Amino acid sequence: MNVTITVNGKQFTHDIEPRLSLAQYLRENLDLTGTHIGCDTSGCGACTITMDGNAVKSCTVLAVQADGSEITTIEGMAQNGEMHPIQAAFKEKHGLQCGFCTPGMVMVAADILKNYPNPSEEDIRHGLKGNFCRCTGYHNIVKSIQLAAETIND
Amino acid sequence: MGEFIGKSVKRREDARFLKGMGKYTDDIKLPKMTHSAFVRSPYAHAKIENVDISEAEKADGVVAIFTGKDACGEYGVPCGWQVDFKNGETMREPKHPLLAKDKIRHLGEAVTIVIAETLEQARDAAELVEVDYEELPAVTDPKKAMEEGAPLVHDDWDSNAAFDWCIGNDRAEVEAALEKAHHVTEMEYRNQRLAPNAMEPRSYIADYDVNGDKYTLYTSTQNPHLIRLLMCAFVLGLPEHKVRIVSKDVGGGFGSKIYHYTEEALLTWAAKEIGRPVKWTSDRSEAFLTDAHGRDHVVKSRMGFDKDGKIVAHLTDEYCGMGAYLSTFAPAVPTYLHGTLFQGVYTTPLIHLNVIAPFTHTVPVDAYRGAGRPEATYLLERIISKGAQEMGMDAAEIRYKNFIPPFDGVEEAGYQTQVALQYDSGNYEAALKKGLERLGYDDFRKEQSEARKNGRLLGVGISTYIEGCGIAPSAVVGALGARAGLYEVGQVRVQPTGKVSVFTGAHSHGQGHETVFAQFVADKLGIDMADVEIEHGDTDQVAFGMGTYGSRSLAVGGSAIIKSIDKILEKGAKIAAHKLEAAEDDLEYASGKWTVKGTDKSVSFGDVALTAYVPHNYPEGLEPGLDFSSFYDPSNFTYPFGTHIAVVEVDADTGAVELQRFIAVDDVGNIMNPMIVEGQIHGGVAQGVGQALLEEVAYDEAGQMITGSYMDYAMPRADDLPMIETENTVTPCPHNPLGVKGAGEAGAIGSTPAVVNAVVDALAHLGVTDIQMPLKPQTVWKAMQN
Amino acid sequence: MIPAKFDYIKATSISEAVNLLDEHGFDAKILSGGQSLLPAMKLRLNRPEIVIDINGIPGMNSIEETGDEVIIGANCTHTQILNSDMVYKTVNILHQAVTTLGDVQVRNRGTIGGSLAHADPSADYPAVVLACNAQIEVEGKGGKRTIAATDFFQGIFTTALEDDEIVTAVRFPKVAHGKYLKFYQSASRFAIVGVAVVFDDSKVKVGITGVSDTPYRATAVEEAYTGNGDAAEHAVDGIEVMSDHFADENYRSHLAKVMVKRALEE
Ligand SMILES: Cc1cc2nc3c(=O)[nH]c(=O)nc-3n(C[C@H](O)[C@H](O)[C@H](O)COP(=O)(O)OP(=O)(O)OC[C@H]3O[C@@H](n4cnc5c(N)ncnc54)[C@H](O)[C@@H]3O)c2cc1C
Ligand code: FES
Ligand code: FES
Repeated sequence: MNVTITVNGKQFTHDIEPRLSLAQYLRENLDLTGTHIGCDTSGCGACTITMDGNAVKSCTVLAVQADGSEITTIEGMAQNGEMHPIQAAFKEKHGLQCGFCTPGMVMVAADILKNYPNPSEEDIRHGLKGNFCRCTGYHNIVKSIQLAAETIND
Repeated sequence: MGEFIGKSVKRREDARFLKGMGKYTDDIKLPKMTHSAFVRSPYAHAKIENVDISEAEKADGVVAIFTGKDACGEYGVPCGWQVDFKNGETMREPKHPLLAKDKIRHLGEAVTIVIAETLEQARDAAELVEVDYEELPAVTDPKKAMEEGAPLVHDDWDSNAAFDWCIGNDRAEVEAALEKAHHVTEMEYRNQRLAPNAMEPRSYIADYDVNGDKYTLYTSTQNPHLIRLLMCAFVLGLPEHKVRIVSKDVGGGFGSKIYHYTEEALLTWAAKEIGRPVKWTSDRSEAFLTDAHGRDHVVKSRMGFDKDGKIVAHLTDEYCGMGAYLSTFAPAVPTYLHGTLFQGVYTTPLIHLNVIAPFTHTVPVDAYRGAGRPEATYLLERIISKGAQEMGMDAAEIRYKNFIPPFDGVEEAGYQTQVALQYDSGNYEAALKKGLERLGYDDFRKEQSEARKNGRLLGVGISTYIEGCGIAPSAVVGALGARAGLYEVGQVRVQPTGKVSVFTGAHSHGQGHETVFAQFVADKLGIDMADVEIEHGDTDQVAFGMGTYGSRSLAVGGSAIIKSIDKILEKGAKIAAHKLEAAEDDLEYASGKWTVKGTDKSVSFGDVALTAYVPHNYPEGLEPGLDFSSFYDPSNFTYPFGTHIAVVEVDADTGAVELQRFIAVDDVGNIMNPMIVEGQIHGGVAQGVGQALLEEVAYDEAGQMITGSYMDYAMPRADDLPMIETENTVTPCPHNPLGVKGAGEAGAIGSTPAVVNAVVDALAHLGVTDIQMPLKPQTVWKAMQN
Repeated sequence: MIPAKFDYIKATSISEAVNLLDEHGFDAKILSGGQSLLPAMKLRLNRPEIVIDINGIPGMNSIEETGDEVIIGANCTHTQILNSDMVYKTVNILHQAVTTLGDVQVRNRGTIGGSLAHADPSADYPAVVLACNAQIEVEGKGGKRTIAATDFFQGIFTTALEDDEIVTAVRFPKVAHGKYLKFYQSASRFAIVGVAVVFDDSKVKVGITGVSDTPYRATAVEEAYTGNGDAAEHAVDGIEVMSDHFADENYRSHLAKVMVKRALEE
């Protein structure tokens, strides 16, 4: 099937199998390997991207379903080489260790901050429910998102 | 302290991870690469009657299919430790085939590999492979595996025991002391099986270059050199210099990526057979079924106390499941990494542990964050608290009574335990004191009794742990059954311009070595961190190494680098002296330059480096170049310790546990980068809390896994945890140049019993003295009903 | 993890979707949010030959108010419902339930129609539609019909839908006062017990999910209700209670009573 998808501001057209997940499409067809696959069944959040403004688990969306959509992946977060405030906050607060969950965390953080510009710790923890991190114990991820909120609001 | 050591320097690896530019194995694509899928057994124990690949071979895109009948790695994957029976019989070491041929011994064991042009085609074709099995009865519980008539995992022997081992004082002597003890506390429980669940699934790409007869294996391992050694020398019989292992970014390990897995060798073998690169990435279901699990001890223990609460003797018998085969470190985990810690932080005069290690029809069990030490700590910290509860003593008080008094390992000697080790330095009461202060222990007890009056169940749990890490001394581990040395290698190459490349055999998969190692290298050399690059994870770049596990990277790997830096400075001084026309003894080195003492005559590190490589005007007889490699084999393990305190509230109606506070006071020796140490503690605590409250790999009677996905295997999520309150005490390690002890596992070791102690404390007035982990609401509720 | 091969058709109207279902029978599957269907297909537990994506069908994703009802299109995502002021004000119990459902990403894709059609015995919506007496609008070859929530759930993953029918909307009567409480399964975060109580003067309507393989109206509780939590002891009267790794029959029954009591005492 032919699909046309806008990813990080660039339009792509590909002829793909319907069973290709959006995560695989990003990784295999577009070489955007920042989107990670940790479980492939909507359970871990590593593959989180933004689709038409909403955070979704790209392993559980078919690429054909994204036809005509606007996708942002982790690779599209930095602007002109400058890290997005969420990315910068993760670095500042040591919100990552092995880095595998990190792209998904950053992308879901963007959704959390969209809905809660001044999130409480509870809002953040609630918002992170769909994302596993096995390294950080979430402590510094929560701090990172708090800092990101402050920077964005400033 | 220099400019960088001891500072929370931000991590240099973060930018690439945060921008999605990390390079994990599955991110790599090679030209002409093929993809593979495994056919795995749906049974825990079965005879393979027939494997029919005829339909699968005809499927679209299939490149090759291999079964157990093909001559792949006929020796199987070896074990890296040998632990013999206490009666002298050699450890029973079954062959671990790359593909099962006649018999299945655990659920998910690989029967066939299907290699195809695309992953889709490999998966589709794998479905067409027809395997006829005859299902056989299975045993998954280590204790049941030793019962009369239990199904045998390996027919070569008449029982399932891989070994039967003991440590400590004479059993009869310990038993006699227990007979006479004022009070004996007993415990029987299972330290449940866990799935490590690094977020990056295992992933391998093997490539064979026919022209150079050279193999390259890209692998998500914590341990590239060891994988090469095992695979070359034991499994495939390949010449080591023809094999390169590359392991760059690795998405977490926690033990599960230390071992040499069958798939690594099989892919390497297959790449040559098909003459093309081949990739395999585990999916999460496969990870549950095939990544080595952790823990799985069935424990029966007795601890005797005198009337003042002093421990007089401790006797424990354990059945520690090995799974179907012996994984790389498996025999060491319940023995040398476990029994040797039975002293804990207490002066217990008599200790005996017996370990029977049975094979079971399950995936192999091996080291998982903490490896043997969390199991030891869990037992000690639970049983001493239970003893206190039974004797009507306070949990802190009984610990103060039994602590080994402070010793620094320099002025005062190290502490000789009853279980082989000598502790390096420690001050256990200081950590407990600090933890109790942070909590406000007395106030908490008041709050607790007030709350009880209103039907609210609050509890506090203390754990005062010790662990052995920086695992190394080769002579020691050799005597203990390790088949390899456990030193570390550090090479420091000063480039002609004074920039420094450091090659370490330690491996980073989240620990931040690229930053921490650069911190102390820059400080020791007095140069900018930006001028130091840390290289790891490629056997062609790094001379040798033993990888990262047992919280050893900094204590052992870092020390090897320091040794090389010393050599660099020594040689540099010779060159500087020549350039400055001064005697070496008159020079001092600071801030990146050699200065003639008392003058302003100096020469910079960069200048000396250039001279070393352009030796036009050079000391006579001195070799050019500035590049040293060192092996560091420490004289002892290191022994981090600390106090963890958990505060919980139990829902009286449902048994649900809320973790309200977690205080971690850890003494990891000197601290290079507090931010990173804290991060390690946070992560470890989360995993330890996970074991206490949530995690469990459960099998049913037939050996099917009940918890093989994230729908059933409960791992801590963000809303399961509070902020973790971290504190430190600092007791430097006396025997390594950095004075560091290791921080990678402490969090996971100390935390689990703290949480369980807290829950039992919350329910103590109801007569609850023990609850089986994980403390699922149902389990807690049932404990309250009895 | 890769699903078996299938053909993908993006339906543009309800009748197109229904005709395709009718034509292909068991070989076809409706795809809405995909949060339950796609993982099952990847694990190859489910292997349709034709997947009919109904997301693009106009008119199926709006939330509308008509007099004393709120009508929610089957394709409304959980997030849409969560963020709807109208739902918040007029059927707050539904808002409460969605707060507990899954996570941000799942809520951004999963739909109410998909959840109801899927009929997972531990899903949240069933308790709410039961307690609210919601009406489920469906359409098939034979035309449209309305199924009362109490008639809709027929067993584990089984509903009153005919093979050629799809859920098109759910009509909720406005609810002034209601409470949804959930006891989470700690891995999946689905409900071990989910209790929805709608208070109506001196009466209550109680829907329970997670406890039995079919979500049910706890009529015994409703009949025994006298304004306090005592009636909760009838929460599982006459019900066959499920048992699993996290909660056996005994504990689950107990939890059902505890959660009903708490909800009644709100
Ligand atoms: C990590 C995770 C956590 C979750 N947690 C919860 C939770 O806590 N509580 C909860 O209730 N749910 C939970 N869910 C399930 C989630 O709510 C799903 O979105 C929902 O069950 C299915 O809706 P869907 O739109 O995704 O349907 P799909 O997955 O697209 O479809 C599900 C089934 O319904 C059929 N179907 C879909 N739409 C229609 C229709 N309009 N008419 C007829 N048939 C249709 C499909 O053919 C399929 O058989 C969770 C899911 C995940 C992945
Ligand atoms: S990979 Fe998509 S949620 Fe885990
Ligand atoms: S940083 Fe490793 S999983 Fe989160």
